Amino acid sequence: MIELRSLTKRYGDVSVVDGLSLSVAGGELLVLLGGSGSGKTTTLKMINRLIEPTSGSVLIDGTETSAVVPHELRRRIGYAFQQVGLFPHMTVEENIAVTPSLLGWEPDRVRARVDELLTLVELDPTVLRTRRPDELSGGQQQRVGVARALAAGSSILLLDEPFGALDPLTRRRLQESFTRIQRELSLTTVFVTHDMVEALMLGDRIAVLNEGRLIQVGTPRELMTQPADNYVRELMSTPRRQAEVVDKLMTADATHG
Amino acid sequence: MAEQLALLPEYLTAHIQLTLVALLLSTAVSLPLGVVISRTPWLEQPALGVAGVIQTVPSLALLAMMVPILAGLELPSIGFLPAIIGLTLYGILPVLRNTVTGIAGVDASLKEAARGVGMTTWQQLGRVDLPLAMPVVVAGLRTATVWIVGVATLSTPVGATSLGNYIFSGLQTRNYTSVMVGCVAAAGLALVLDSLVLAVETGVRTRRRGLVALAGGLGALLYLFAAVTLAAPYLADRERPVVIGSKTFTEQYILSAILAEWIEQETGRSTTLRQSLGSMVAFDALDAGDVDLYVEYSGTLWANEMNRGDETASRTQVLEGVEQFLNEGHAMTLVARLGFENAYALAVRRADASRLGLSRIGDLRPHATTWALGGDYEFFARPEWRSIRRVYGLEFGELRTMDSTLMYQAAAQEDVDVITAFSSDGRIRAHDLMVLEDDRGAIPPYDAIVIASRRLSENEPMVIAAVAALDNRITVDRMRELNLAVDEDGELPAAVAERFVRELSR
Repeated sequence: MIELRSLTKRYGDVSVVDGLSLSVAGGELLVLLGGSGSGKTTTLKMINRLIEPTSGSVLIDGTETSAVVPHELRRRIGYAFQQVGLFPHMTVEENIAVTPSLLGWEPDRVRARVDELLTLVELDPTVLRTRRPDELSGGQQQRVGVARALAAGSSILLLDEPFGALDPLTRRRLQESFTRIQRELSLTTVFVTHDMVEALMLGDRIAVLNEGRLIQVGTPRELMTQPADNYVRELMSTPRRQAEVVDKLMTADATHG
Repeated sequence: MAEQLALLPEYLTAHIQLTLVALLLSTAVSLPLGVVISRTPWLEQPALGVAGVIQTVPSLALLAMMVPILAGLELPSIGFLPAIIGLTLYGILPVLRNTVTGIAGVDASLKEAARGVGMTTWQQLGRVDLPLAMPVVVAGLRTATVWIVGVATLSTPVGATSLGNYIFSGLQTRNYTSVMVGCVAAAGLALVLDSLVLAVETGVRTRRRGLVALAGGLGALLYLFAAVTLAAPYLADRERPVVIGSKTFTEQYILSAILAEWIEQETGRSTTLRQSLGSMVAFDALDAGDVDLYVEYSGTLWANEMNRGDETASRTQVLEGVEQFLNEGHAMTLVARLGFENAYALAVRRADASRLGLSRIGDLRPHATTWALGGDYEFFARPEWRSIRRVYGLEFGELRTMDSTLMYQAAAQEDVDVITAFSSDGRIRAHDLMVLEDDRGAIPPYDAIVIASRRLSENEPMVIAAVAALDNRITVDRMRELNLAVDEDGELPAAVAERFVRELSR
């Protein structure tokens, strides 16, 4: 369980995140949804203290994160980066094994864990274990990135637009794999995206951010049926409008055909 | 060529010792410093600034500056130590700068990922920053390697044997085979060390264990070789040889070889030569006891050490003054006057002299304003030049600075009209030049004298007695012949010295 209390980040006079309060229940997947500059990535990074808040606090299972040594906190929280951030000088195996080895796991246990995780993210361990990141496709890199975030067996997972740079089909497959893994392992997850469809498909609940403020938080259905303001209403209607455009094209094609 | 190659083991070993020790020390300083700087941004500009300033000091000057600094600290001021310190300082910048820029150049998203997976600052450094910066750091290391191998040739004037011995003595005695052997050997060494560094880096990056083991093993062997050869003189329980110094010109190479040959023959003591020392380095080294014996010139001490160059004084007055200065000021001994002078002298073409009736320096006066005077690198800054101008009222149309080995030819070819010749140089006669008489005593006398350190004077009476027997045994004509044999006939100083000592013993 993650709790954000009046979380604020200011750079000079500019508030990037402004008085954000939210909670994520155990095993829940919360999507932070917003455009660029909405403060969603900053919020995510304040959870594992990659960025220190100006004020406010984060509690994980009731403990304030400010009371935990940052690198120890981060070893307990899986994190998948927007730019994937696989270390280019390490093999796939070494990348996944980073956090476990920092935690001092036995080599045998690490090796078994790497195989388990590669299988979980639907990659073949025997083929890929010793490859370097630059020998992988974009989709494979993202899968390894997720495997690395899960490696230490943490129950909390933070993901920053992890599937952003992929083609639609690959993204779709990864989203499906990820949903399965998240349910199987019952991971408490915060998932940052600006993609409306992704948010609707993955989120147990969605928190809509704009200019550093929380506009509304609720299930996809709640946001659809009771949008808090015009911004949310417009946001929620985009998938439907896109579907209508596609529909129209289809009917036009049918009449001509 | 064979004579030159016979010296290669000694010179190359010394060069390898200098290079490897300096490289190790400068990396040991610059790599951690670079890491600290990359964690402490405000340090970056000052540290890189200081390293950059050190780099802009001409390398020869940097090495030479170590001599007075170490002497001031009462440490061994010539030989291995000043060379090592100078080379180490010189090698710092490339590794330091490349470590800093290499770490700074690591992708920011990877640095964040390193923190995100739970690395501490030092784990991030060791597991992400340094491995990713390694190609850049190694590029700096390779630059430092090549630089240090090159600059180590300049260790010779501060008294450390190196491949520079070939180059310095070769340039002075116009033995271009010697120069070439020195250059080729240094270039070869640079190439070998550079390849080893590159091979280790490539092996690590591509995870080829065999390559790392091979190149790393060869490097380790070289270090072992340097360590063993450095330690050997200390382990062998031997009497310290008599250390004979020489400056960087032909006459000095010959005289130091004569002293060595003579002492070994007369006393059975072993000797070792420290050749191509800078002029003031030799005196400081004798003062510090790093050198036991060398040939100096009375006027040099009179002008440079005693600051009396602007006085006019007779040959005897100068000698007496110098002897007193050595005994009282430095506890050194003037052991022998060899019997000739090697003074600055103005020389003209013999044809001009007879055509215009020139015989004394004063006779130049009507011609000087339209004539060019050629002098060595230091002459126009020396008190002798001030004194000549003052006493004879001479103003030349043009002053040209050139290497002293080229002056005589320049006069013969009419590039210049008058040169500041050295009176014992055989090339005066060989190029049909004539020395003008200094009838008004403007130039102090430069008697060749053998001076000995306090250590030698106090502990080795046999050696002192042997050297004292050389008193007045070399006339200026004889010295000119010996110099000419090297400068024009291409004989080696050692061979000329051996012949002379044989004659002396008959």
